[in-house]
Amino acid sequence: MTAVVHHDPGSSARQRDRLARILLYALLVIGAVMALLPMVWMVSASLMPSGEASTYPPHFFPSRVTLDHYVDLFTRLNLGRYLLNSAFVAFVVTASSLAINSMAGYAFAKMRFRGRDRLFRTLSTGLVLPVQVAMLPLFLLLKNLGLINTYWGVIIPGLASIFGIFLVRQYALAIPDEMLDAARVDGASEFRIFWSIVVPGIVPILATLAIWTFLATWNDFMWPLIVLSDESRYTLPVALANLAGEHVQDTELMMAGSVITVVPVMLVFLFLQRYYIQGVMAGSVKG
Amino acid sequence: MTAARLRIPAEANSAAWFFLAPALVLIGIFFFLPVAAAMLLSLTDFDLYGIASPLNTRFVGFQNYSRLLRTPDFWLALRNTFYFAFVGGPLTISVSLAAALLLSSKLVRFKSVFRTIYFTPFVTTLVAVAIVWRYLYHTRYGFFNYALSFVGIDPIDWLGDPAWAMPAIILMAVWKSFGYNMLIFIAGLQAIPEELYDAASIDGAGPFRRFFNITLPMLSPTLVFVTVITMIGYFQLFAEPYVMTQGGPLRSTTSVVLLMYEEGFRWWRMGYAAAIAFVLFIVILLATLVQFRLQKERA
Amino acid sequence: MGGSISNSRGVRQIRIPAALLALAIGGCAPASGGEDATLRLWAMGREGEVVSELIPEFERANPRIRVQVQQIPWTAAHEKLLTAYVGDATPDIAMLGNTWVPEFVALDALEPLDARVASSRDVVRADYFPGIWSTNVVDGVTYGVPWYVDTRVLFYRTDLLAKAGYDRMPATWNDWHSAMTRIKAGMSAGQYPLLIPITEWAPPVILGLQAGSTLLRDGGRYGAFSESPFRKGFEFYGRLFRDSLAPALSASEISNLYQEFERGNIAMYISGPWQIGEFTNRLPKALQDKWMTAPLPGMEGPGVSLAGGASLSLFRHSQHKREAWKLMEYLSRPDIQLRFYKLTGDLPARREAWRDSSLAGNRYARAFREQLDRVVPTPQVPEWEQIATKVMEHGERAVRGRMSNERALAALDRDVAGILEKRRWLMGRRRGEGK
Repeated sequence: MTAVVHHDPGSSARQRDRLARILLYALLVIGAVMALLPMVWMVSASLMPSGEASTYPPHFFPSRVTLDHYVDLFTRLNLGRYLLNSAFVAFVVTASSLAINSMAGYAFAKMRFRGRDRLFRTLSTGLVLPVQVAMLPLFLLLKNLGLINTYWGVIIPGLASIFGIFLVRQYALAIPDEMLDAARVDGASEFRIFWSIVVPGIVPILATLAIWTFLATWNDFMWPLIVLSDESRYTLPVALANLAGEHVQDTELMMAGSVITVVPVMLVFLFLQRYYIQGVMAGSVKG
Repeated sequence: MTAARLRIPAEANSAAWFFLAPALVLIGIFFFLPVAAAMLLSLTDFDLYGIASPLNTRFVGFQNYSRLLRTPDFWLALRNTFYFAFVGGPLTISVSLAAALLLSSKLVRFKSVFRTIYFTPFVTTLVAVAIVWRYLYHTRYGFFNYALSFVGIDPIDWLGDPAWAMPAIILMAVWKSFGYNMLIFIAGLQAIPEELYDAASIDGAGPFRRFFNITLPMLSPTLVFVTVITMIGYFQLFAEPYVMTQGGPLRSTTSVVLLMYEEGFRWWRMGYAAAIAFVLFIVILLATLVQFRLQKERA
Repeated sequence: MGGSISNSRGVRQIRIPAALLALAIGGCAPASGGEDATLRLWAMGREGEVVSELIPEFERANPRIRVQVQQIPWTAAHEKLLTAYVGDATPDIAMLGNTWVPEFVALDALEPLDARVASSRDVVRADYFPGIWSTNVVDGVTYGVPWYVDTRVLFYRTDLLAKAGYDRMPATWNDWHSAMTRIKAGMSAGQYPLLIPITEWAPPVILGLQAGSTLLRDGGRYGAFSESPFRKGFEFYGRLFRDSLAPALSASEISNLYQEFERGNIAMYISGPWQIGEFTNRLPKALQDKWMTAPLPGMEGPGVSLAGGASLSLFRHSQHKREAWKLMEYLSRPDIQLRFYKLTGDLPARREAWRDSSLAGNRYARAFREQLDRVVPTPQVPEWEQIATKVMEHGERAVRGRMSNERALAALDRDVAGILEKRRWLMGRRRGEGK
């Protein structure tokens, strides 16, 4: 019986498939291990007693699990404060960018007004301008407004984003004009139309925008580093970089700090990844 | 100005501006205005003394730019940035494409699990993982050298050797960001009609020929998009060297943005730093244009 | 840890000059010129926390003076002071890292103190370490009174030195070099007698100062790094690495200094007074009688080190200069200095305070006491931090063999000339106006 199967041309193809499948899985698993290893080591080292992460040969698992470094971070090193700062900044930026960008994105997609396309093209040129070009004068501007070393100094430049407007516009283009016009005929105000017809229609892209903005703000480093000089206002990445400068010796402590910085964004991503991934695709539809 | 546009009712116009105003005002004041001001700033020697008293600032024309071109550290930063972008960029894209091809195979199940795992590094906080990698690269206690010791390779001073520091940063960047491009490639691969492959198979084309004759050409718009996005991002290299090497050893990892940060926000030579920022802008603009031009020629 | 010469604190160090800038633009509420003599004192970090405990006694002795202490984090201190300066909201007195003094003098923010010092019973200039005092003097005028001091000495493993046949740290470069060569001979691969991170500017600068260099010339208009004295120090610095006595490591590559010290992977380390506490707490008990501090060796005999620390300065805009000076005098009294030392571990600036048993009996502090008689300030120019960074960069190039010493030093002088260009222009203009 088996011998017969071997001579069947379909079966040799099946066998080749099986071989290919094994090879594919092997590659995929190796890739997955490499993608996860640094994160796993980070968590593992954060639980090691002091000094154990600096031994040869390196330990992969703690000889004894300790939460000392986490306790230390929250009691002695004020990490709770930085966590709150980061959360506050990220929430405010996310909420306002949702409102501001969705309004503008909708206007560019669906409203008719003079110079719309020219304005949109002008705005789009901003996408190729690296933000670093604006940073020096922006610093001086915020300094004059008394906003350096405040949360608002970090928040304000992130409130509106060209990319966000772009994202919403692409999506809102699909809203049928007839729906909007019908509402206008019924005498609905423009804001009402936006609130009760447009917003429900673009919820998926708003979810995408929210996650993108939240993660980008949470992870942002350079601008908060420049604006914030008072330790009590640091966001997590800035505080972490600062700690890394002062506590080079405390490997395990630094790993615990990294875990706390990374875990919130990982959770947001894992629970809402559908929307996040949708954003990546949406951004790529039209370069 | 077409007739259609002239017929727009006034109230629609004002409503539109109501919707646009917050975004336009914010982007105008906090982005476009500073960009314009940066141009002016780059023509002065505004610095610490200038902040103490405006009288201490001189208009210097293009001297900041000419001085930049005469400064070895600037050329070094430019070279490092190109190294990072032109080695790291293609490497990231290749790994992304390979991962996307693996995940697009009909033979594989649990695709979404692998996709999530591969994408995870991208969402993590750069500063945090840079710190983690700094320890992984440790000459004596790090995992990289430990792994290499099994194949009989002597310890490499990853972040302390000027020849290795940039490759080390590139390796981390590839790990961190390949997942993003991978997603875009997966979407691009899905858009390729199955019949093309079937027809090629019937003609007897093997997997390699199918890849080069069908996949790659069909994917080329995606490829251009991914390349542009990746390059623009990589030209702005900052946090990795800031956290892992402080731009050293021997400035071998000082990028253009890191140089701008140092000159502008550490030494407060803001006029000079603004000139650096503009050079970065020009580099990014040129690179983007070249890539689009290449794409057009091919098409 | 005076903000002055501690440079192992990467990010923090970057942020302090950052602050400087901030100054000129920000606005603040105008200083309250009240009829009460309420003094505002700004102090940084732990010192700011602790100084409050010294105030009640002063207020009891001076019932008509109230003192408000504002504690500022080190990282924000520079910026806050500069912002305050622009907004006319400077405090009456502030603690300044002593490398900051020239900057605030350049801004004309500080009150000259020579007349007050001359007539004071409590601030006795002769009782201060001369090198430290001079960090407060710009163009011959005194702008601050040293509050606590800070310098660099050698921390070393006595047992490893003894094994090489030495019962004490040598005092000259040559002897030091041979001692390290012998220690090296007894070490295995990967172990080094000395650790001086190549990302620190202090070691090459100290060696240059030991060879008699002034670092800058012509009143701080140009660098003097390619001149013979600095070159001698720089050559010795390079030899330490070439002869494998020190590893070419950056500070961020040393993952745990205390572990390396404990394991005997390094035998000597150059650092400041805050490290006494760290060594005492972080090294295991078994090692506690196996380490010691020693003054730095010099070219021909005991060598100089850096003059660091923090000073108290009186701001020009103060409405209560007389009262403020009283507070400065009080904080300068040897008995108060001693209490401050016990509270913070910061070394007193008054030599008299060092006679107390708590300091005289601290064997690790002895090397600092001796070293403090031989300290030299870094050049009193606002650009110093930036110049120091260049010294470090070119030092690294030479150590790694990318450039010969001559070429590295010539390039260093070129860079420094560029950094000081603005200063030369300002000095030239000022002289022009004087005519």
